[in-house]
Amino acid sequence: MDKNEIIEKLGKKICEDILKDTGRILAPDEVLISSGLIDSFSLVDLALIAEQMFGVRIEDYELNADTFDNLEQLAEIIVERKG
Amino acid sequence: MNFSKRLLKLAGDYPDREIIHFLKTGESDQHLTYRALIEGAGRYQAALRSRNVLQGEVVILILQQSIELVYAYFGTILNGSIPSIMPFLTEKLLPEKYRKDLVSLIEITQPSAILTYCDFIDELSEIQANNAFIKALLFSEEIETGADVLAGTGNYPGIERDGDDIVLLQHSSGSTGLQKGVALTHQAVFHQLDCYSKTIRLSSRDVIVSWLPLYHDMGLIACFLMPILYNIPLVIMSPFDWVRAPHRLFQAISHYRGTLCWLPNFAYNFCAQKIRPADMEGIELSTLRAVINCSEPMRRSSHQAFLERFSQYGLQPSAIATCYAMAENVFAVTQDGIDKAVTYDEIDQETFQKDKIARKVFNNRPSIYQVSAGKPIANTQVRIMDGDGRELPDRHVGEIVIKSNCMLTGYYHREDETVNSFSEGWFKTGDLGYLAEGELYVSGRKKDLIIVGGKNVYPQDIEAVVNEVEGVHPGRCVAFGVFNEEKGTEDVVVIAELERDFAEKDRQVADQIRKMVTQSTAVALRQVYLVNDFWLIKTSSGKIARAANKEKYLFETGHHAG
Repeated sequence: MDKNEIIEKLGKKICEDILKDTGRILAPDEVLISSGLIDSFSLVDLALIAEQMFGVRIEDYELNADTFDNLEQLAEIIVERKG
Repeated sequence: MNFSKRLLKLAGDYPDREIIHFLKTGESDQHLTYRALIEGAGRYQAALRSRNVLQGEVVILILQQSIELVYAYFGTILNGSIPSIMPFLTEKLLPEKYRKDLVSLIEITQPSAILTYCDFIDELSEIQANNAFIKALLFSEEIETGADVLAGTGNYPGIERDGDDIVLLQHSSGSTGLQKGVALTHQAVFHQLDCYSKTIRLSSRDVIVSWLPLYHDMGLIACFLMPILYNIPLVIMSPFDWVRAPHRLFQAISHYRGTLCWLPNFAYNFCAQKIRPADMEGIELSTLRAVINCSEPMRRSSHQAFLERFSQYGLQPSAIATCYAMAENVFAVTQDGIDKAVTYDEIDQETFQKDKIARKVFNNRPSIYQVSAGKPIANTQVRIMDGDGRELPDRHVGEIVIKSNCMLTGYYHREDETVNSFSEGWFKTGDLGYLAEGELYVSGRKKDLIIVGGKNVYPQDIEAVVNEVEGVHPGRCVAFGVFNEEKGTEDVVVIAELERDFAEKDRQVADQIRKMVTQSTAVALRQVYLVNDFWLIKTSSGKIARAANKEKYLFETGHHAG
C-alpha cells in the first residue's frame, strides 16, 4: 500500500469516525492537531485507527503535533513502521 | 485549624511518609514524602516572602500539572497567601485569547504575584506594567536554583492564618468562569473534608488515584487537598498524559493498590471504549472500593459500559458510586454508592418531560432511568424550590438550593454575583433536580452552562468567538450542549446566521468557526449549523433565546426526543 492510498483511507476513516462528517474531504496537508480539528479526546482514536487499519502502533507520547500534524505526516510514519 | 498547621503537623509526625506518587509518561514515578513536600514548598514560600508577597494576598499559579505545581501551591499556603490555579496554555489555544482570559482574571482578582515559567516573561511583564498591584513575577525555573532557596527559615506566616481567612480561590475556565473565583476559608474546607471523609469512610487503608486537573474542584479538593491534609497516599498524573493513555490510570490503580478514584461521567465511556486489551494485561482492579462519578450529568449506561469492560480485571459492581458537588460548597453536596449500591430511579418518561414530575414507572409505559446522587452529606441541607422560592414536595423537579457550614465566602471581588446567588440564606445552584426517599437526582440545568468532558464551558464565551468570524451575522449565533449517549457527555453545537454574501462559502465559514472556537476555548464543536437570516428565535427583549433555539435545532435535525 503506498502513501497516497494510506492518506486516502485514513482521511475517510477520520472523517467518518472522529469528525462524524462523511461529506468532508481532508487535504493531505490539512492541519489536524494544532488547529484543534481533532480534539484531545480523539487523539487516542487516531492511534487506534492506525493500529486497526495498518497494524502500526502510535505510542501515546507521540500523540502530539510535534510528531505529526496532518495526514501526510501520519502516513509517512505508518509507511516507515510497516517497513 | 488552618492548612499550614495541619500540613506541618503531618510533616512532623510522618516525615518519611510517601504522600504523593507523581506519574509522568516517559519518566519513572516520583515519590514525595511529607518532608520533601515541605522542603519544596518552603523554597516557593521563601521566594514569595523575598518579594514581599504578604498574607492574604492572591498568587496566581500558571504551571503544568507537575511536582512544581504541588510545591508552588503549598508554598503559597505556607506563606499565608491565597493560591489560584489558572489552567495552563495548551498548544491548541491562541496565545492572544489566553492572554485576554488571564487579564480578565487578573483585573478582578488583583493578585500580588504570578508564578509561572520563564517563557511567559515578556507577556507578563507587559501585564504587570499595566497593573501596579502585581508586586512580583516569579519563575519556577529560577526558584530551585536561585538565592531564594537559602532564605527559607521554617517560620511560615501561613501558621498565623485564622480559620475564617480565605485559603484559596477556585475558578471555572473561560472568560466568564475566570471572573467568578470561588473564595473558600480554611474552616469551610475542613468542615467539608471532615464531613466528606466520614461519608466515604476514608481510612488509612485508602489510596487515591487521580488524573484530574487541579484547577477543577474535584481534582483540587477530593484528589489533592483531601489526601494530603488527611494523610492518605495520592497517586496523581497529568490530564494531558491520561487523555492520550487512559490505561495508565488502571496501571496506577493496579500497581499502587488504589482504592478510590473520582471520574466525570464521560471518563466511564472513554475508558470503556478506548483502551486496547493488550494495555490491560496483568492489571488488577479488585482493590478499588469506589469509583465516584461526579461533575457532569450521570448515566446508568455509562456505569454499565464501565462494569462490562472492566469486571474481567476484578472491578466490583459495588465500586460504582456517585456524588453531586460544586466548588461553592467546597466540594460534595451528596454522595451515594458507599454503604449501599447506587439507586437508579425508573420513572415515567412522559410525566417527567411534560409535568416535571418524577413518577415511578407504571403500566409498562415508556420509562427512563435517573441516577441517584445520594443523600446530602451530614453538614449540608438540600431543598428543591419552584420559581417563586417555595419548597417543592418529593419527586417534583425544581431548582436545587443548598445550605451548609462549608459554603463559599463569596465570589472574590464580585459582591454582586455573590448576593444574586443566595436567597434567604440558601445558595441557588442553578441546577435542576428532585428529591425522592431522601436522595437527590440531578436532572438538568437552569443556568446557561455546557459541561463537556467534565469541564464547565459558558456558551457566551463561545458565542463571543463565533461573532468575530467573517461571514457570521454579528450577534446572530448561539451555542449550547446536546447530550451524546455514546460519549457520555455533552456535544457542543453552534448555530450561526450567515451574512448573505457568504451563502456559497458555508464550508469555509464553518471550518473557520470550528478553528476559532477550539483555539479560543479549547472546546471542539460537534456541529456548526449554518442558517439563513431570521432563523434564530429571540426573546421579547431582543436576546437570542438559547433554550428555544436548541429545541428548534433538535426538531429540525431529527434529534427531538418527545
